[in-house]
Amino acid sequence: MERLFLIFLAAFLINNILLIRFIALCSFFGVSTNFETSIGMSMAVVFVMTMASAVCWGVWRFVLEPMGVGEFLYIPAFILVIAALVQFVEMVIKKVSPTLFKAMGIYLPLITTNCAVLAAATESVKPGFWKLSLQYNYTLGESLVHTVGVALGYSLVIIMFAAMRERITIAPIPRSMRGFPISFIAAGLSSLAFLGFKGLFGI
Amino acid sequence: MDTSMIVKASIALGGTGLIMGGLLAVASKVFYVEVDARVELIRAVLPGINCGACGLPGCDGAAEAIVAGEASNTACVAGGSDVAKQIGALLGMDVSEVTGVANKALVRCGGGKNEVAHRYIYDGQHDCQMAQQVSGGPLLCPYGCLGLGSCITSCPFVAITLGEDGLPKIDWDKCTSCGACVKACPRGIISLVAEDKEVHVLCRSHNAGKEVRAVCKKGCIACKACEKVCEFDAIHVIDNLAVIDKDKCTDCKKCVEKCPTGCLADLTATRG
Repeated sequence: MERLFLIFLAAFLINNILLIRFIALCSFFGVSTNFETSIGMSMAVVFVMTMASAVCWGVWRFVLEPMGVGEFLYIPAFILVIAALVQFVEMVIKKVSPTLFKAMGIYLPLITTNCAVLAAATESVKPGFWKLSLQYNYTLGESLVHTVGVALGYSLVIIMFAAMRERITIAPIPRSMRGFPISFIAAGLSSLAFLGFKGLFGI
Repeated sequence: MDTSMIVKASIALGGTGLIMGGLLAVASKVFYVEVDARVELIRAVLPGINCGACGLPGCDGAAEAIVAGEASNTACVAGGSDVAKQIGALLGMDVSEVTGVANKALVRCGGGKNEVAHRYIYDGQHDCQMAQQVSGGPLLCPYGCLGLGSCITSCPFVAITLGEDGLPKIDWDKCTSCGACVKACPRGIISLVAEDKEVHVLCRSHNAGKEVRAVCKKGCIACKACEKVCEFDAIHVIDNLAVIDKDKCTDCKKCVEKCPTGCLADLTATRG
């Protein structure tokens, strides 16, 4: 249980995918202009990321590793899985909730190319890239906890940042700093704040 | 690398692809949603700028409403008669006679920065809505153009620029009468006017002549000179402001010549 908690905390805060690892910055700056769309994007990412990691874990354990082709084939294989999953999620949402589909329509296909999903899946099944102070070789349960942590970390930061940007838009700042320049500075300061979590519980 | 590795890689990736493709094929049958093909065809014809001038939620909403019969083939204001004809053709309508005079946006204020008096210097956000909220704006004229460009930023067709006199200038070749600037103006100065009319009143002030003269050099002072000179009974001063009856007006421009303040404008040049 303690190991699961540490895996979650490491993925959620200490090695936050956006502010510490600087992965998926495209969607971070693209979708965080509006509070509501950032919530929609977060929900989609949590769903797709969790499913993608679970399926990729299975593909790695039962197909790529036993056949000895995993080392050089895992990225195309995972991209294939993620793209198929996004298509599947799109079909399900279109059928089940047309309203949600309309609201998220633009962002759903974006998730296919969201590097965060690929990074989370890779780290779940082939850990080492993020250099955590934890023993690797995750089980399926640990892999899912890790992915949920990453996805919630992404959601926390993008929603928090969207709230900040809505205030920054109406703040009296110099014209040359409006828009992306001030957003990059705000993201940098938030990143510094998240560095404060480093070393928590020895992770 | 031996050939067995290539075979294994092909099987692994090809097999995964086949399984995923198969699952997607099944899912596409299970989760199939019937969509009217005409909606997508009409959506492709619409400009896709989601300006909202049709009063519907974006171009997707407009396409659905047109197919459902809730909106006409002329619903897309920004698209004009060309788009209306294409939509009509897709819906099997006779659209050979889609005609009519187009509307264009017009800034109904002639009080530039050299003509209008200020009561304080506004140094806040460069936005008319915000300036309007600070004690009703920096101008002494409560009807005058604030000149901070909310209409310019709202125009999806980049048809508006700020003139040297501090007033917005609308390029009628680019204007599609989508009405975005009309909604953006907090003082209601911009309105859509018939493109074929040349004479317009460039003032919105209902204040008495004396008050107008004190705050603006180009405002309507309700002197009725235009009313007296008009042979066609087309212009009247109503509530301290000249109003033109566009059905009676023949664009003879006698009122323009007679107006002492120049608030009646001949837009021949604007029409091009």
